[in-house]
Amino acid sequence: MGPFVPDIISANLNYIVALLIGICFGVILEQAGFSSSRKLVGLFYGYDFTVLKVFFTAGIVAMVGVMGLTHFGLLDINLVYINPTFVWSAIIGGIIMGAGFIIGGFCPGTSVCAAAIGKIDAMIFILGALVGVLIFAEGYPLFEPLYKAAYLGNPRIFETLNISQNLFAFLMVSAALIAFYIATLIESKVNKREVVFFKLNRENVLIILSGALLLIFSLWFTDRKADLLNLVSDDNFVKNYPIDEMTPDEFAFRLVCENCERMQIVDFRDKKEYDMWSLPRSIHFTIDNFFEKEPSLLLKSKGTIKVFVANKEITERKAAIIALRLGYKYIKILKGGLEEFNKEILQFEPIAKPQNIDEINLNRFRLQVKDEINRLIKENKPKAPVEKKPKRALGGC
Amino acid sequence: MKNKNKTWREVQNMNETKYMNPYLAGFLLGLLLLATIYITGRGLGASGAFKSFIVATVQAIAPSHASNAKFYLEYLNEHPGTSPLMNWLVFEIIGVLIGAFFSGVASNRLNLKLEKGPNATRNARLIGAFLGGLLWGIGSQFGRGCTSGAALTGMAVMSTGGILTMIFIFAGAYAFAYFFRKLWL
Repeated sequence: MGPFVPDIISANLNYIVALLIGICFGVILEQAGFSSSRKLVGLFYGYDFTVLKVFFTAGIVAMVGVMGLTHFGLLDINLVYINPTFVWSAIIGGIIMGAGFIIGGFCPGTSVCAAAIGKIDAMIFILGALVGVLIFAEGYPLFEPLYKAAYLGNPRIFETLNISQNLFAFLMVSAALIAFYIATLIESKVNKREVVFFKLNRENVLIILSGALLLIFSLWFTDRKADLLNLVSDDNFVKNYPIDEMTPDEFAFRLVCENCERMQIVDFRDKKEYDMWSLPRSIHFTIDNFFEKEPSLLLKSKGTIKVFVANKEITERKAAIIALRLGYKYIKILKGGLEEFNKEILQFEPIAKPQNIDEINLNRFRLQVKDEINRLIKENKPKAPVEKKPKRALGGC
Repeated sequence: MKNKNKTWREVQNMNETKYMNPYLAGFLLGLLLLATIYITGRGLGASGAFKSFIVATVQAIAPSHASNAKFYLEYLNEHPGTSPLMNWLVFEIIGVLIGAFFSGVASNRLNLKLEKGPNATRNARLIGAFLGGLLWGIGSQFGRGCTSGAALTGMAVMSTGGILTMIFIFAGAYAFAYFFRKLWL
């Protein structure tokens, strides 16, 4: 599961990665024509919409791509840098940059690109940008209140608008495609070329097909977590879903058995309850943990049976269904939940007058494991390996 | 000054075949951004490198000022340990320089020249470039990123702040376009 920094790619290797990515970035920008200020500002006078086409194509491709990687469980979005939202700073900064775009003819990335091929205006632009940063740095006490005003955290746009991720992506892709079409018409008109509404050629067919594909993907790549939570919200479905169960007696036996194959107890109760008492060698887990890179590794160990426990069996079932749907194997649940386990084992009252050999055996077994397990619980210090707050990548400016 | 006083149409006709198809370039840029997010957990950027450069310069020239003024302190707080130049975006921008240079060589666009609108004077263009850069330097600090770091990457990860900044960069440029048309048309 991505991202690979910092665990697979070290901090130092990451610099090499940065250099290589930068080289690709530079080649693409230069080949697209972004080393020309007249081409860049063409967007704002209608004579050249290259910027619009390149920028929004890149934006929607990456956006739908991120949704796809998350949908298929290849990327933990919780570890990806999401630009923070400071409302006023974002708006005022945007307007200032917009003015800079028209006056300077570049943005920072394109200016570096243009300077690299010898554009003098770009070199002067870079000089100006450095002075600009210095002005901000020196005037920081003055700018700081505005810079830090109206902080909303790191919300994502569909959360802010309170719509589904897919709807936003679909609207964004649609808007981009419509804008491309209109831009092409305007471009022809401004440059006094013949305005052609549609021409059937290979290039246009390819563009339309790609656009249609992006629209389909934008609806297809749903948020897995929301999907699965929705799936387990139907209690009847959850009750009838085939899941391997473990009886309280077998569970108790395995808890005290030293030579049995190991089982991993995964506890889905509240953190508070878990901290009060927990079963030996159990780990605390939440539904959210399934979708996070580091915690999800805990469930990957091959061969070990994972027994999901919670107070009620229905909670265990929901968690197990999500785990099974995510492709985890060897998942079992404790039949009847911990409530049943408490009643039948931990607080077992022996049958007063055992009628047959089975009841005698039951009495003997349960009394024996009851004491043993209660002792183990007392000795067990809860550990919560998933508590560690995963560190988001540091990005932005 | 080959392009002096040529209309955009003429310039474009000269270059049309030389540049990559914009949708193809956009698609490749999108894939690159996606790969960057997938591998490193962060997006592309540019203005951050400028900031690192300024912090490093001030540290070298006026170390006592850098260890007193709040802006630099906050920067060092956010990027502890190493020199400001040991920064992901600094390496990325060096890459951009190298990549763009070789792209320019390959497409025969390497040429020391000043590009300007047909009716703009040389000085107007130089002053414009400097002032425009200056505004970007300030604006990208407020926006916490520029077209790449805030707008493009923000759009890819659907950050509210990034998309907000993106909208106002383009809106701002359109709003001011009329007043600076002499520079470009």
